Amino acid sequence: MKPSTLMWTRRRLLRGMLAGGAVTVGLPIFDCLLNDNGTAFADTGAPLPTRFADWFWALGLGEEDWRPKNAGSDYELPPQLAVLKPFQKKLNLFSGSQVFLDGQSNNTHFTGVQGYMTGKVSNSGEYFNSINSTICDTIAGRTRFRSLEVVCDGDPKAGWTARASGKLPSEVSPTALYTRIFGPEFTDPNSATFVPDPQVMVRRSALSAVSDQRAALVKQLGAADRQRLDYYFTALRSLEQKLDIQLQKPEPLPACTKPDGSQIKDDGHPASLASEAMVRHNLFTLLFTHALACGQTRSVNLAITQGMSGLRREGDPTNHHTYTHEEPVDSVAGYQLHCAWFQEQYMKALHDFAAQLDAVQEGDRTLLDRTVLFAHTDHGAARLHSVHNYPFLTIGSGNGRLKTGLHVPKPGDAATRVTFTIMQAMGVPISSFGTGSNHVATPISEVLG
Amino acid sequence: MFTVGSGILAQNGFALASFQGVCHEASRADVAVQRRSGKRGHDGAGFIDCDSPRAVQTMTRTRPSRARTLTLVIGLLPAALVVQSQSVAAPAPASATDMPLALRLSPSQYRQTIADIFDPSIQMTGSFEPEVRAQGLLAIGARESNVSDSGLESYDEIARGIAAQVVDEQHRATFIGCTPQSPTAGDDACTRSFFARVGPLIYRRPLTQDELQTQVSEAAKASGKLHDYYAGVAVSLSEMLVSPNFLFRYKLTQPDPARPGQERLDGYSKVSELSYFLWNTTPDEELLKAAASGSIHTRSGLEREVNRMISSPRLEAGVRAFFSDMLGFSDFDTVSKDPSFFPRYTLNVKNDSQEQTLRTIVDQLLTRHGDYRDLFTTPHTFLTRELAVLYGVPLVDPGDNGEPQRWIAYTYPSGDPRSGILSEASFTALFSPSGRTSPTGRGKALREYVLCEKVPPPPGNVSFKFIEDISNPQFKTARARLTVHRTEPMCAGCHKLTDPIGLSLENFNSAGGYRTEENGVTIDAAGELNGKKFDGPLGLGETVHDDPAATNCVATKAFAFETGYLPPTSDPQWKQITQKFADSHYNFVELMRQIALSNLAYTVPSSAAPLSAANRQ
Repeated sequence: MKPSTLMWTRRRLLRGMLAGGAVTVGLPIFDCLLNDNGTAFADTGAPLPTRFADWFWALGLGEEDWRPKNAGSDYELPPQLAVLKPFQKKLNLFSGSQVFLDGQSNNTHFTGVQGYMTGKVSNSGEYFNSINSTICDTIAGRTRFRSLEVVCDGDPKAGWTARASGKLPSEVSPTALYTRIFGPEFTDPNSATFVPDPQVMVRRSALSAVSDQRAALVKQLGAADRQRLDYYFTALRSLEQKLDIQLQKPEPLPACTKPDGSQIKDDGHPASLASEAMVRHNLFTLLFTHALACGQTRSVNLAITQGMSGLRREGDPTNHHTYTHEEPVDSVAGYQLHCAWFQEQYMKALHDFAAQLDAVQEGDRTLLDRTVLFAHTDHGAARLHSVHNYPFLTIGSGNGRLKTGLHVPKPGDAATRVTFTIMQAMGVPISSFGTGSNHVATPISEVLG
Repeated sequence: MFTVGSGILAQNGFALASFQGVCHEASRADVAVQRRSGKRGHDGAGFIDCDSPRAVQTMTRTRPSRARTLTLVIGLLPAALVVQSQSVAAPAPASATDMPLALRLSPSQYRQTIADIFDPSIQMTGSFEPEVRAQGLLAIGARESNVSDSGLESYDEIARGIAAQVVDEQHRATFIGCTPQSPTAGDDACTRSFFARVGPLIYRRPLTQDELQTQVSEAAKASGKLHDYYAGVAVSLSEMLVSPNFLFRYKLTQPDPARPGQERLDGYSKVSELSYFLWNTTPDEELLKAAASGSIHTRSGLEREVNRMISSPRLEAGVRAFFSDMLGFSDFDTVSKDPSFFPRYTLNVKNDSQEQTLRTIVDQLLTRHGDYRDLFTTPHTFLTRELAVLYGVPLVDPGDNGEPQRWIAYTYPSGDPRSGILSEASFTALFSPSGRTSPTGRGKALREYVLCEKVPPPPGNVSFKFIEDISNPQFKTARARLTVHRTEPMCAGCHKLTDPIGLSLENFNSAGGYRTEENGVTIDAAGELNGKKFDGPLGLGETVHDDPAATNCVATKAFAFETGYLPPTSDPQWKQITQKFADSHYNFVELMRQIALSNLAYTVPSSAAPLSAANRQ
């Protein structure tokens, strides 16, 4: 999907609405819905919401060659990130930080992410309460979906979002995601008419009966199973809330348009080619962009693949992960040429996602400006399974919560400081994060808005 | 094969009749135990109150004929469900253990259960929440598998799809079993009879009166709101199918009279565990009766049920479910092969390869009553034409009728490089990346899936300076490339465990097709397992056949498949089970029987080894 197709300007929006005869509106619509500054809803005064997008790519950016020499705003993007040049002023690049193993083994492609996403490194392989879910719970508000999770290579277990109950499964099919968000249960917030669906009403009532089963079950179970039961009922409450929302007329959202479902044809089959995964990526991010603009969620999570990426180029039997270990560093270029090709694809995808978000104007800012898009990876230098010198990126300021345009080198520092800083910026009420050597209590103040 | 209307419900033999017996027989068994212990019945909602006048009245009735069952269900319903509401029961203590015991229903169990309650023709659309593999089995991971927001959304979608089919015009006469007084309004009597029949099959125990009334009331409310009787029933049914009482198999306990101070599974938990172990589905009428009467707690009662189940054709479903789990077949969901390299590896072939192995297993273990170890060497298998094309096997189909998916029994000729399930694409393709083989991956899989041995993960900050480009003329084969790993001290420890196994399968490419060369160099398929050297896949099969770890592994996993946790291997009962397995010449059905008859499977451990890696990628 080309970014230009997402440029739903005010003129285009109005043209679409009027041509469809959905509702008759007086001009200008934005002035009706937003305050004079375009920063809040006019009727309630509520600020336009902040969103969060978590974005994972596999196998890093290389070794030392990607780290800019200069800190601050006066730095040159490395070749691996050159495609992000249009967004340099809107992004931050964090370099140099690491995950401390504290005597635990480095479970490759996992432990590093476990460390900076959950704050805890352990051999047991546990992965709970990742920062993206914590942020989601902080900013979710009243939306149909607490969060949306997708993976682009067909593996629903490859995502990195986890609550106390464990990892959340990811959707692998753009078609299924489209149906889930924009299928029959979607209510256009800009529609003039609204009639509650009686089917939804009776389903909501029936779910209440399920809720009533809790007390009887709790009495029979041990502590561990009672906790699991709580997780179930937390999910049930989310489902009930989703139906509750569907029974109420949504607030108008001028930037909301429903994507064309006829263009979303992908069943989520296993993808082994990078080109397949990239096409799917852009379908997912297109849907994410529409979902965020339409108030369906405020938190989205995407992983291109698992850390040990099996993606390949057409005609080449060797996959990215194998190349990271088998390909020699090119003596002239100074990096692994095949691996660089994959990194280039991933960063192009990141650019496209940012461009999609930036194409949506919401009042005085773009959707990207109201979002923090956090991009992260599993290894510093994948060739070495390194947990040092992690490349992290944020794009977007999250409604001004982050300063942008900076390269922030933190050589030897805990990578958890980056994620702690992002959590604080997103309003998560915590004063410290992480355990052992990964414990941090002070954020990276230079990027806090 | 099942046909429309062939499920338990459609057979119409499971309804009120069962629960008249349930109540009657339970009155002197479970109730006594429960009263002594001060614990509740299985449903946690109260004792089975057979002293109720209405219950006694019902108990004196003789079992109705199948033809009369429906009428009686309606007429005698209050007595049919004599489990009292929770308000009358004493507070129940929580489980004796704090380890997770509840097992989330697997997609396979969910599908089989719905097919058996209703009909195999019921379509289930939507994706199930992914399973978690722990300690080598999804069945163990089920103990820490939870339900997420999106997972419950999916369950809700699947449930609504099932319910809509149950009440549609094609099925409603069979499944609902009565005609409402009005098609546009609720009919409590008709609804009650329906849920009185399906409820126990869904919850795997009798419903309490409150539970049944809730289903009836919700259906009535919805029918009224939607002006459609059947739509109302569908809403209420779908609610049951998203209930934790359905999605989780709870292991409820009661004091074990034979072992004072210790707990055992209660009757309904026990028959549920048995049923999913041996049949991969919900307990049938006889099992629920055995639970209700308490006979399942007696040696003779347990033997009667186990022998009945093992002699049933449904045993095949249990065997298939177990080996699908043990051999990691759920991972096929994410397998793809590059069609430009492997044009013969189609979606049909991917599915057929799993079916080939399952047919081979069923043939060897159930039909031939053969030795488990021979699975690794048997020349007997089954092929479709597409699979034969992948393998390069000249398959002759004497009954060729143009059906490419037709299964044909096939025996590899002497000297053929294929023999045993390790040479099949269900193993060689499953554990290979999409473009190239991975001897390390295959070797690791064999260690972990077949021999129950854990291979440590690779170290961090490892030097790969000795690894060279595949284009390097010195490293054209996987063996040449991996030799570097096995000579580099940091890597050698683990690669010596995995690579010599996987290299013996290098004659099979990433898709499972046969080859003799890689990049123009003849493949050397010499291998080694635990010090024993051999050559090629036939040698590997024979070596695994003779390795005691293989039989220990399958026994361990079979026990864990039933219980959700590994067996206490130092327990004399466990040693007895494995000894009888050996004495039977490793007859797998005998192993299942011994596990099912053992007290070990129904004794709740106070602790179990913590689950590991269950929430990892």
